Amino acid sequence: MSKNIKLDSKIPAGELSQKWTQYRSSVPLVNPANKRNLEIIVVGTGLAGSSAAATLAEMGYKVKAFCFQDSPRRAHSIAAQGGINAAKNYQNDGDSVYRLFYDTIKGGDYRAREANVHRLAEVSTSIIDQCVAQGVPFAREYGGTLSNRSFGGTQVQRTFYAAGQTGQQLLLGAYQALERQVGLGNVKMYSRHEMLDVVVIDGKARGIIARNLITGELERHFGHAVLLCTGGYGNVFYLSTNAMGSNVTAGWKAHKAGALFGNPCFTQIHPTCIPVSGHYQSKLTLMSESLRNDGRIWVPKNKDDNRHPNDIPEEDRDYYLERRYPAFGNLVPRDVASRAAKERCDAGYGVGGSKMAVYLDFRYNMINKYGRAEASRLNIENPDEATLLQLGKEVAKEKYGNLFDMYKQITDEDPYEVPMRIYPAVHYTMGGLWVDYELMTNIPGLYALGEANFSDHGANRLGASALMQGLADGYFVIPYTIGSYLSNEIRTKSIPTDSEEFEAAEKKVRERLEQLLSINGKQTVESFHRRLGLIMWDKCGMSRSEEGLKQAIAEIRALRDEFWKDVRVPGTMDSFNPELEKAGRVADFLELGELMCIDALERNESCGGHFREEYQTEEGEAKRDDDNFMFVSAWEYKEGNAWELHKESLVYENIKIAQRSYK
Amino acid sequence: MSNSNMNLKLKVWRQQNASDAGHFEDYTVQASPDMSFLEMFDVLNEQLITEGKDPVAFDHDCREGICGMCSMVINGRPHGPKGGVTTCQLHMRSFKDGDTIVVEPWRSNAFPVIRDLSVNRSSFDRIIAAGGYVSVNTGNAVDANATLIPKEVADEAFEAATCIGCGACVSACKNASAMLFVGAKVTQLALLPQGQAEASKRVVAMVNQMDAEGFGACTNTGACSAECPKQIPLSVIATLNREYIKAKLKGY
Repeated sequence: MSKNIKLDSKIPAGELSQKWTQYRSSVPLVNPANKRNLEIIVVGTGLAGSSAAATLAEMGYKVKAFCFQDSPRRAHSIAAQGGINAAKNYQNDGDSVYRLFYDTIKGGDYRAREANVHRLAEVSTSIIDQCVAQGVPFAREYGGTLSNRSFGGTQVQRTFYAAGQTGQQLLLGAYQALERQVGLGNVKMYSRHEMLDVVVIDGKARGIIARNLITGELERHFGHAVLLCTGGYGNVFYLSTNAMGSNVTAGWKAHKAGALFGNPCFTQIHPTCIPVSGHYQSKLTLMSESLRNDGRIWVPKNKDDNRHPNDIPEEDRDYYLERRYPAFGNLVPRDVASRAAKERCDAGYGVGGSKMAVYLDFRYNMINKYGRAEASRLNIENPDEATLLQLGKEVAKEKYGNLFDMYKQITDEDPYEVPMRIYPAVHYTMGGLWVDYELMTNIPGLYALGEANFSDHGANRLGASALMQGLADGYFVIPYTIGSYLSNEIRTKSIPTDSEEFEAAEKKVRERLEQLLSINGKQTVESFHRRLGLIMWDKCGMSRSEEGLKQAIAEIRALRDEFWKDVRVPGTMDSFNPELEKAGRVADFLELGELMCIDALERNESCGGHFREEYQTEEGEAKRDDDNFMFVSAWEYKEGNAWELHKESLVYENIKIAQRSYK
Repeated sequence: MSNSNMNLKLKVWRQQNASDAGHFEDYTVQASPDMSFLEMFDVLNEQLITEGKDPVAFDHDCREGICGMCSMVINGRPHGPKGGVTTCQLHMRSFKDGDTIVVEPWRSNAFPVIRDLSVNRSSFDRIIAAGGYVSVNTGNAVDANATLIPKEVADEAFEAATCIGCGACVSACKNASAMLFVGAKVTQLALLPQGQAEASKRVVAMVNQMDAEGFGACTNTGACSAECPKQIPLSVIATLNREYIKAKLKGY
């Protein structure tokens, strides 16, 4: 197979800013009568999946949508807090499509495709229009216009938000659009269904095998095209900000069926999460990046300074981001902020019981920024500090109330009174299935959208860009690009699901489930997952080395062998069995983890979230090697957990490559 | 940091499937005050699996209080004793060493039990599919700032829109009414100019579907709002009633 693989990114010719416009004007169309005969399977119902399923159904295609949760509204896009970027320039602060494009490429440390990112920036403005039309209640100013705030890695205010629940509101908008199509009979919804394999017939994706999670029954579903909108794989680290059910299974099955996996080692570690508090911990909770608009990050200047943080005077505090990166300060991109926190903690300046945390402190801005503004608005003369603090707290409550409440709920500490303690945690995966400009994998008819693909964020994603990408792919990209493939499929009749290929795919799925249940060993699925997570976090996390990665690969292989000999999965196949679901997902993570380490080992440079200890500047910044690594790593699966690397060169015609600097 | 210093007795509802009668089983488990309630259940399940017993099935996903998947009635109250939080955000520090804790599923005819503590809430999806949306196809939108919406209105619509669809309101209600859930969506869309065009059609369709699903009637006890983890105000039910009457008077 490998010799035949030729990576064709299908980037349209022409000037960058005209590529998408010209593409849209020339892509083949499918006439309405034919659309009704074409079936599309959408797996996953987060922002990308819901928006794609709804839009394709509105266009007239027959859509089947699948999610493993009990309702499409539960997909983990719901948990995104801070906001969504769009180049609206409503604040008149110099924003433009080009600037959003530029910031995203630079933020991604020059490892994303120019044409994809420019298209993303172009359609960003339509997303906001569409969401408002759906009734998404974005934050507004008193005059009735939309409100914006800043996010990391940018110097304009282009982030639209709905308190700290932007993902929820956007997903509910997409979910409602999806349910409208369900109600109209254009989408058939399969909740509590998990895709367990993709069916490939004559080289084209033609359907999936799904397990009905309530009855345990295996089902075969045909589609002229299959869209994987199945999110990221951060849970390979066990502890992450992902939902408990978030998994790589759909993407991994596609990978094993021949789809290339792009940049698997590009992982985003988010700087502001609530630190781990005990070994029983099941997940980590993010504190939105938007908090860095007003929270200042610091550690004590002296080691083991055990004073209460509010009693440590200014001269004994090290605002290390403001010190190292004066131009962007606390709003440097996530990879930079995370590494800087790790550096301080590793050097022994961390705070809290575990010393693996830094302070995120709102007191200064509550008093000086918001308190003074409020005092001035209310004509309070010479206010004392207590008054200013009180006034500032009210503003903070308005802006971040739900986040502060969540923090207090988890830690039992009140962030209005004491600084938050935060530490980086796994949050997002830039890597994913390799796709071309049309979002199609190298298997014809198989697409990947949103976080499930690798395409737009390079080696580091900027804050508030995940929501933008998910909705761009679903609402505004796939509805056009899928026509390029389906216009050639109008003569293809539905393939009966008793065909040989469906039969074989179902048999394979059934045998694997039976095998998991038959091992009957001594250790729980959870315990294997936890051990895998520790290996990944220690050796393929915020910093990586050749030696560590080699050890990790050996350890993961050994752990995988142990899993298949000694895991204990209770229950049966033909019933509701959450442990069996989890076992299948962890088994896939045990394979993916190895590939991530192989990819990290292969990439002998540091870029974005991928930091190799051997490749850093004297100041400890990531050191790219553009001469040798300006490419996308696209891995092909070979029998028996082996992989072959294919490279897609990245060409920058419109952006001058530079060392990324936020100083 | 393994400070498992609470010994707890659990009485947990076990039910094989929708047709099984179900019963309580007793367990003991050790917990730490910093654990979430669901992490305590993780510990219980690991214990059960190791002992060769069947783990307790329960729904959960995001574990940060926003997906709406977790759903346990704890000591008689949906999402437990704390108020204003989901089960996943309830921490064991809300309990005392030696406590006995009774855990049951949501109980309503419209939410049949799947297994143990997991229930089927697809009735909520069908209510939304009946009309809980603005009928606007992708691509039809005008510029987002073309419609000015006063901040107060946007804030009020947002407050209603924060409903997570967990179903605690139904579980708390002695009639198993879904009026708070339906009222929240109707209120959000009725407040906004985008939702005006089909406001009457929407409210009638959603209420009809709610009745068809077997949810009970509202008798204004307010238990729904009191137990709502997102504190959706009772006033959304008043709005729902007002919108419904308005629509009926118009002949919908």
